[in-house]
Amino acid sequence: MSPHDGPGHDHEHDHGPHPYQPDIEDSGYTERMVMAQAVEELLIEKGIITADEMRAQVELMDSREPALGAKVVARAWADPAFKQRLLEDVNKAAAEMDIDTGHIPIRAVENTPDVHNVIVCTLCSCYPRLLIGLPPDWYKSRAYRSRTVREPRVVLAEFGTEIADDVEVRVHDSTADLRYMVLPMRPAGTDDWDEDRLAELVNRDSMIGVSLASEPK
Amino acid sequence: MSAARFQSGDTVAVSAAYPPGHVRTPYFIRGKSGVVDSIAGAYPNPEELAYGRDGMPALPLYRVRFKQTDVWPDYAGPANDTVVIDLYEPWLEPTS
Repeated sequence: MSPHDGPGHDHEHDHGPHPYQPDIEDSGYTERMVMAQAVEELLIEKGIITADEMRAQVELMDSREPALGAKVVARAWADPAFKQRLLEDVNKAAAEMDIDTGHIPIRAVENTPDVHNVIVCTLCSCYPRLLIGLPPDWYKSRAYRSRTVREPRVVLAEFGTEIADDVEVRVHDSTADLRYMVLPMRPAGTDDWDEDRLAELVNRDSMIGVSLASEPK
Repeated sequence: MSAARFQSGDTVAVSAAYPPGHVRTPYFIRGKSGVVDSIAGAYPNPEELAYGRDGMPALPLYRVRFKQTDVWPDYAGPANDTVVIDLYEPWLEPTS
């Protein structure tokens, strides 16, 4: 049954006008949307890429999700040698787990009892998409991008994350060719946990740095 | 790529320059001084790539750490808070 079937929605339309649901096109195209569409059509028309390659790349991006990054973090918590390799080169370390993170270099920054890291891209919205999926909308907002670098502790507190004053808050602005992820601290009381169980504690926001890894229940 | 001009631990200043065009150096950090945290490799110049050129020779890219209290004189947090920004070599000057 589709969501539009069922009682109270029988398509007979004898009980007044159907409320109009706007489609995405109804909000109107901006100049940039038209420009993006035009560039895409030109690239395909001139044979530089095919429509299927374009579609496949979008599908690849959409297939990525925070759970992939969580698996990598859990492995780093469980295996100190892997953690070292991860801190040197996330792409290479992820490849060991058959996770292809593409050609854009990703680096991990490690939270410790003395340093809490948080990631922002003040210029646009750079994000380690091929490891943890598409960024949340707030990551791309002007408020997050400007305030995280200006008053990071206030932003963190709004996410429910209070960092003690004797811990350095280190903001990473990914302005250039690298992408960053936070390696959160392993929660206490998980010493005998295996990787699958550990991965459940690694939430997306803890890899951006606006949150900590979840506490074991 | 030419050899990197700066090393980890060097104090550097970001050029207070405001050229037109596509640049990857945030406004708020221009004119500020920090310490080179590490060298992140060498990458084609984005200021050239943006206009369809090849961006070669590749530029050394530095991770530079700044004290928040140096970046924002009225910074409200503790004095040990920092921000690390990725900056291409032509934007950096030695301080001395």
